[in-house]
Amino acid sequence: MTVRLSVNGETHDVDVEDDAPLLWVIRDELKLTGTKFGCGIAQCGACTVHVDGQAIRSCITPVASVAGKKITTIEGISAGGPTPVQEAWIEHQVPQCGYCQSGMIMAVTALLKTNPSPTDEELAASVTNICRCGTYPRIREAVRALAAKG
Amino acid sequence: MATTRRMVLLGGATAAGALVVGYALWPSDRIARLNALDTADGEQFVTNWIKIANDDTITVVIPHCDMGTGIFTSLPQMVADELDADWSKMRSEQAPPDKLFANGALVEAFALNGAKPPAFLQGLADNTFRFVAANVSVPPIGYIPQITGGSSAVRGTGIYGMRVSAAAAREMLIKAAAARWNVPVEECSTAECKVMHEASGKSFGYGELAAEAAKYSPSPTPKLKPKESYKYVGKPVQRFDIPRKVDGRNKYSIDTQTPDMLYAAIRISPVFGGKLKSVNGDAVKGNRGVEKVISLDDAVVVVADRYWRARDAVATLAPAWENGANGKVTSAEITQRRRDALNGTSLKTDVDEGDTAAALAKGKVIEAIYEVPYLSHAPMEPVNATACFKDGKLEVWAGTQDGLGSRAFCAEAAGLDIENVTFHLTDMGGAFGRRLPGQYNFLTYAVKTAMALPGKPIKLIFTREEDMQHDFYRPNVMSRFKAVLGEDGLPTAWVNDYTTDDTANPQAHILYGIPNQKISAVVVPTHVPTGAWRSVEASWHGFFAETFVDELAHAAGKDPLEYRRALLKDKPRHLGALNTAAEKAGWGTPLPPGTARGIAIVESFDSIAAQVAEVEVSDSGVKVKRVVCAYDCGLVVNPSGLTQQIEGAIIFALSAARNGAITIADGAVEQSNFPDYEMIRLADCPEIEVHLLETGDRVGGGGEPGVPPLAPAVCNAIFAATGTRLRTLPINGQTITKQG
Ligand code: FES
Ligand code: FES
Repeated sequence: MTVRLSVNGETHDVDVEDDAPLLWVIRDELKLTGTKFGCGIAQCGACTVHVDGQAIRSCITPVASVAGKKITTIEGISAGGPTPVQEAWIEHQVPQCGYCQSGMIMAVTALLKTNPSPTDEELAASVTNICRCGTYPRIREAVRALAAKG
Repeated sequence: MATTRRMVLLGGATAAGALVVGYALWPSDRIARLNALDTADGEQFVTNWIKIANDDTITVVIPHCDMGTGIFTSLPQMVADELDADWSKMRSEQAPPDKLFANGALVEAFALNGAKPPAFLQGLADNTFRFVAANVSVPPIGYIPQITGGSSAVRGTGIYGMRVSAAAAREMLIKAAAARWNVPVEECSTAECKVMHEASGKSFGYGELAAEAAKYSPSPTPKLKPKESYKYVGKPVQRFDIPRKVDGRNKYSIDTQTPDMLYAAIRISPVFGGKLKSVNGDAVKGNRGVEKVISLDDAVVVVADRYWRARDAVATLAPAWENGANGKVTSAEITQRRRDALNGTSLKTDVDEGDTAAALAKGKVIEAIYEVPYLSHAPMEPVNATACFKDGKLEVWAGTQDGLGSRAFCAEAAGLDIENVTFHLTDMGGAFGRRLPGQYNFLTYAVKTAMALPGKPIKLIFTREEDMQHDFYRPNVMSRFKAVLGEDGLPTAWVNDYTTDDTANPQAHILYGIPNQKISAVVVPTHVPTGAWRSVEASWHGFFAETFVDELAHAAGKDPLEYRRALLKDKPRHLGALNTAAEKAGWGTPLPPGTARGIAIVESFDSIAAQVAEVEVSDSGVKVKRVVCAYDCGLVVNPSGLTQQIEGAIIFALSAARNGAITIADGAVEQSNFPDYEMIRLADCPEIEVHLLETGDRVGGGGEPGVPPLAPAVCNAIFAATGTRLRTLPINGQTITKQG
């Protein structure tokens, strides 16, 4: 059972079950550990990656369902140096433990692509990830600053 | 802040390691041992915790873990000021889990300074003191802590340790330069990582002097800088760790990678204390990748070549458990046990002032019973550890709140000498008390798994469900109050009886000066394991006392703010925090219908936190719209970092107040993952405003004290909006109706 995956622009043939969760394939097969495990049931968003530009929760995504699609992880969006979202995160000193932040940044990045100036409500409706350290006020500040730049 | 002689002496002792006699016993080979243990080329330890490299880079070796609180930046700020460093040269790194970097002296630092050590340290104090008093080497499995908890990093390690260590290092660098120039030390000064001699215009960089400086003995009483001359302490310096936490580079325990690694998933007896009776491991033996099914005393583990394969296999097993009487316990029954205990005869009184019986007889007794539920820590990164047992040696990788103690713990779990155990302390995705000593079930299982399948590293990861159902919970506590008001409406008697899982709680002692007080506790053991949860006892006593005071204010017909002001009239720091929170929140100004404010003030870990919550109650439920916090911890090292901790504490407390409840049915935890143990998310996150105050001469903690006032402030606001008084938590699920 070989599945052909395109991750961060590279093609990987992985020999795994069709229903293996994308999260663990990314972490254990491809050794890209920036994508995190938090709940395993699509509740927390720590495992968020992009599939064809859309934010999805990789912990419940069977790997075969994304074969041939363009998958991007936190490592992928960071390859060319910090993005505006990451710069805003540093400027607003968002992370605490940092564990949820890959997922947060992936979710916010996907939102800003379709809606560069979200309101607080639009942000909250779209980014439902959990941060147990409680970095939400700073996430909101950082996104407000990004939204103001449009 | 005022520095007492005692603190300086003590600080000297702390800087010198776990030797209460101070630098006199600074072993002459200590620097050599430190250098051998933890330096790269061109680096040199000058005092413990402080390394200086040829290029003047100063690395602060932190005897704590990074669980997200920012101490890897705030402690270097304290060092940079005492050492007259250039901030661009400052770095920090994790201390290795070795006794040379133990922070056991923290316990003395608190005790000798007249402060109470954080509760979690108290049980450890005996061992630590014995070690200190005897000045012996670490016994094979001794308990020499390297703990992060009790909001102690800045107020303990920083104030009593890092500052003194840095000030002593600065003096040693000056001595080295003065000796080279053959001039008196008085003619030398320091700035920006240089020692200067003004008369000759000469200077040396610290890097040039480090090796010679290290040959001097550190002074037990180095001169500390006055607060006015701080350049870095008090500034919102950017955290070192943040750039690597925004691009996926930061490595956590769960990211441990070693060649040949296997993965393990576990199912632990759902009933605490239950035993594994039998399991048919053959059911999964043919599954792809499955290497071994391991039966432990109270759990079954599947090891496979990939994590999901181990996880899916363990889920299909049908283990049989032996639960005993615990298998019947329910939350309702535990609550009944607590209620019975409060009505029983086993209460032990630890505060008895005045004559409460006489005072109660004089008026109408106001009585109320409160209860809070068990809570899980649910750190974002579920607990996990990687262990490898090979050739009689054990190697472990994990994130815990005590690296050195974890090494000893793993040695004991494996039955090995500590010399045969290597422990790699990793960063962790939150802890909140979950990864403290006493709560290392994830280490135990990882070590046992590795011992059962020697030769390969095995990463054991708890699923979220296992993490939530095998935690060490914030206890379920019941508390009963009786009070009588005097003619001025203020209480003349305060009687409080509460349950506890183990010992009496000093945090039940109230801030308010009430003439007749009696406070008693009764121990009610259950089979549910409990532990320290961010802010510990203050998380429940804060809710109880601050809600009951609100009830008294209402009974007296007084404004809750005015009432507290009257009770705190002789406590200027508390009044300051209370007034700041009230003023910034616009206390007394009109709000839309259905919206009201509530206030609460709690002191914990030597910090004072006052909060005003603005809450809207409507048909769609309770919405906390705004929280204003005034926070006085004596000294603010990094205002941005501290504000971040308080924001996080408020949200942590709000998740618990609104939704948090771990309940027991058939002896096991009913909740399993975020849908039934829900968290605040962006949509429910209030606007939060933090105002930092710096009064008093004792430095308080930053990580925890923001938690306790939140629940009472919110519930007091709900009462103000509706007249419904909530005496239990969580809020969701309770009926809130607008009263008359
Ligand atoms: S791990 Fe995928 S949503 Fe939580
Ligand atoms: S920063 Fe720790 S969980 Fe979000």
